[in-house]
Amino acid sequence: MSSLQNKSLVSINDYTPEELIQILDIAESFEKKMPAGLLEDKVISTLFYEPSTRTRLSFESAVNRLGGHIVGFSEAANSSVTKGETLKDTVLTVSNYSDLIVIRHPVEGSARYASEIAPVPVVNAGDGANQHPTQTLLDLYSIRKTQGTLDGLNIFMVGDLKYGRTVHSLLIALSEFNTTFNFISPEELRVPEGYKLILEKKGLKYYEHTDFTEIISRADIVYMTRVQRERFSDPLEYEKVKNIYILRKSMLENTKENMRILHPLPRVNEIDTSVDSSPKAYYFQQALNGVYVRQAIIASILGLV
Amino acid sequence: MSAKKQLSVSAIRNGTVIDHIPATSLFNVISILNLEDIDSQITFGTNLESKKFGKKAIIKVSEVFFSDKDINKIALVAPQAKLSIIRDYEVMEKHSITIPDSISGIVKCVNPQCITNHENVPTRFAVVSKHPVKLKCHYCEKITDEKHLVML
Ligand SMILES: [Zn+2]
Repeated sequence: MSSLQNKSLVSINDYTPEELIQILDIAESFEKKMPAGLLEDKVISTLFYEPSTRTRLSFESAVNRLGGHIVGFSEAANSSVTKGETLKDTVLTVSNYSDLIVIRHPVEGSARYASEIAPVPVVNAGDGANQHPTQTLLDLYSIRKTQGTLDGLNIFMVGDLKYGRTVHSLLIALSEFNTTFNFISPEELRVPEGYKLILEKKGLKYYEHTDFTEIISRADIVYMTRVQRERFSDPLEYEKVKNIYILRKSMLENTKENMRILHPLPRVNEIDTSVDSSPKAYYFQQALNGVYVRQAIIASILGLV
Repeated sequence: MSAKKQLSVSAIRNGTVIDHIPATSLFNVISILNLEDIDSQITFGTNLESKKFGKKAIIKVSEVFFSDKDINKIALVAPQAKLSIIRDYEVMEKHSITIPDSISGIVKCVNPQCITNHENVPTRFAVVSKHPVKLKCHYCEKITDEKHLVML
């Protein structure tokens, strides 16, 4: 029996490194041969209190391809929530209709709270700026799949490293696998001290840079994120740096053969479209991996694997 | 000196004395220990001279002996406080205060986007650092530090 059965997934910290690997292994087996019908008599509810089309479609595709059923809403505006129903009441009601709840909510900690009151397990599909663990797992899956391992890789994280939720969760997850980190960001958007402290405590190496043109040749993975104008207190500062954190095809020339480019999507302009045709561009396949990973998570929690 | 102190806050026969409370934290301590719900005799003294921190406060509660759990809660607002158990006018035991490893329902989460500030959910924190105090919210995972401590 899997240790993950009936266990909600709210934060990436809920899983041990062994459990993370367990999910990746199951996802890999699903990618090879999908067990159609595995979720045949299961109902999954998707409560999306804010629009996130990609995440919702990924979850729904994951469930549908295993023969499961979906109930739920994609905009709180159309549901009883607008009539002032509390999260608690919605979660308790929906628990009657489903075997597992997938929740996306702008309020931080809402998924943890839902997992404590719901009689069925809960999967967090994003709670504000806090956690989005299925994204982190699909990032890990993509890294392992393209590199053949998670151990001892040189990971470049580029862009907004201060506010980037996906960056923080991935950093925490990778810190279990002897990773070397290169953080490339504007001064204003550097990785928060707390995360650096965690790496130091684990004895991991990290380096901070403001530009990556010269050093990209060392990367195994380049994880791109968007630098947003709104994040800068001084708009002039943004104008100064906005072109530094854009990945262009010319920059790929001397990169390693195994190097792959990841991005949590949606992209705006931080990866030039000229990069898309490169075999090193992996961000669209990365999104597809999300389906296998979400299937693995749901199947494990429901005790079906 | 001590005779003068006796005058300002009268002695108790049996009960608990909490001394060395910073004067500014007196009302926080009262609310954390739920003293408003206690029927027995309570005397407060505040703005008393203290060599250590200017103005201090003292609380004497007759016939009540707090649990360690309750006492440790006040560590957040009065870490230097000293506790004495009094029996028949004599100090029987002295305790210093230690911050517990987790805190429930006393402190507000600093994050306005936290579920505990949106719905009727009691706060819960892990104490990730005691000196200085740093509390990690069980829900939103954000840190509330000493500078941002707000009591509920
Ligand atoms: Zn919080």
